[in-house]
Amino acid sequence: MHIPRQWRTRDQRLSLMGEVCPKCGVKLFPPRDVCPECSGPAKEPFALSGRGAVYSYSTVYHAPEGYESYVPYTVALVRLEEGPMVTAQLTDVDKEQVAIGMPVEMVTRKIAEDGEDGAILYGYKFRPALEAGAAC
Amino acid sequence: MRQVSIIGIGQTKVDEHWDKSFRDLGVDAVLAAIQDAGSPPVEALYLGNMLAGQLTGQEHTAALVADYAGYRGIEALRVEAACAAGSSAFRVGYMAVASGLIDVAVVVGVEKMTDMLGNEVTAALASAADADYEVMHGVSFVALNALLMRRYMYEHQVERAAFANFAINAHRNAMNNPNAMFHAPLSEAAFGKARMIADPVSLLDSAPICDGAAAAVICPTARAREFSAHPVHVRASAVATDSLALHDRKDLLFLQAGRLSAQKAYAQAGAGPEDMDLFELHDAFTIMSALSLEAAGFAPRGQGVRLAQEGEIFLGGRIPISTMGGLKGRGHPVGATGMYQIVELAQQLRGEAGKNQVDCRLGMAQNIGGSGGTIITHIFESAD
Ligand SMILES: [Zn+2]
Repeated sequence: MHIPRQWRTRDQRLSLMGEVCPKCGVKLFPPRDVCPECSGPAKEPFALSGRGAVYSYSTVYHAPEGYESYVPYTVALVRLEEGPMVTAQLTDVDKEQVAIGMPVEMVTRKIAEDGEDGAILYGYKFRPALEAGAAC
Repeated sequence: MRQVSIIGIGQTKVDEHWDKSFRDLGVDAVLAAIQDAGSPPVEALYLGNMLAGQLTGQEHTAALVADYAGYRGIEALRVEAACAAGSSAFRVGYMAVASGLIDVAVVVGVEKMTDMLGNEVTAALASAADADYEVMHGVSFVALNALLMRRYMYEHQVERAAFANFAINAHRNAMNNPNAMFHAPLSEAAFGKARMIADPVSLLDSAPICDGAAAAVICPTARAREFSAHPVHVRASAVATDSLALHDRKDLLFLQAGRLSAQKAYAQAGAGPEDMDLFELHDAFTIMSALSLEAAGFAPRGQGVRLAQEGEIFLGGRIPISTMGGLKGRGHPVGATGMYQIVELAQQLRGEAGKNQVDCRLGMAQNIGGSGGTIITHIFESAD
């Protein structure tokens, strides 16, 4: 992934920075400036908590170019507490233990590297929530 | 607005064409369609393609194919909407002819995928999805469909085996289509133990990587009999969109763009799903077949897979699908697929589908871009 693009998305990748619509209050991730719910302008930053639950998941055995060395890895749709859904990899978990509904939390991990000399891409992944027992 | 008809069709075999380039495939299909139409005066060429830039290093493909087909000088444009590129080109051709701006146009879908390695093609296909927020996380296109299939199985409490007949039907129908990539039947047992690509999507849930081109010549219906003894009339043409990213969908398990474009198409045709004699749907993955049947109104939510289990999708069933093999059996040269669907529907409506002939007057095609970000529906009627 090219450096300017990595730089542009840093707040999203590293701190799940989304937006909140001042008109209808819906939380948005990723930020999109025009609220899809009420069509009002939604430019107010809002950092999401990173807590959520697995909505669906898949273990990838054939990866796209650039991700081959990580197979098998598990990707998921995670429904965040505040409402938005995000696509991300799961980490620190055996693929057999993943289930729909499993509580997860965001962590920052290496996502990919651009060859031996290229930049390393860091971003959000999700792991089983450490205080899941207490929270539920 | 003028009524529009198909007056000629042409296609290459879907295959791994080591000996043919992108332009060769496009030219073959274009010339076959023009010959089938009795060589009318073609004024414009619309080319559907998704991946030429990424997989062959060639953009600017419409002018290239027009030139090599012997039509240097005419209007020629490429139209792109990921895997719905083929029927998006048909949509543009339809608008040009219906509006009165163009009288005779040729529309061609072309894709050349086998010059590159598998992981490179996998990465290129993923560009149909949201690059910054899906693909960046190593999510392949197959994985997006796997996320849909897993959730579908969970919500509707169905096993993976329930999807088997989508693939079995496609392979069976491809057996009698000389232009199909596969000519081998598929058993339930083989489907059951197929290798996983992105769990729960296996190799046998998925359409193959391949090359191909398919084309149709269109003109105003009022002039169609000048060129063709058996024109096929366009009764509806409709496009609708949804979010590119799955995570932005309000309802993950419902193809909203499929519903919207089907509703628009039914309104244009003055018909409903119950009037369709066959349905060429976008079976890139078995889960997409189930979701398409539901979005287009052939089955209630969660029941699309039942139509497969009960054999209602077979040639003799209530709504035959993938009648010439579909994406799974004929093959899925992505930007060409929409035109293959349309050409095969024309074969059916002209009564030229051989052993797979369905008794039909009205047929529908639905072409899906990405995981549903663009969905294009066309309805055609036999002239006989
Ligand atoms: Zn709003």
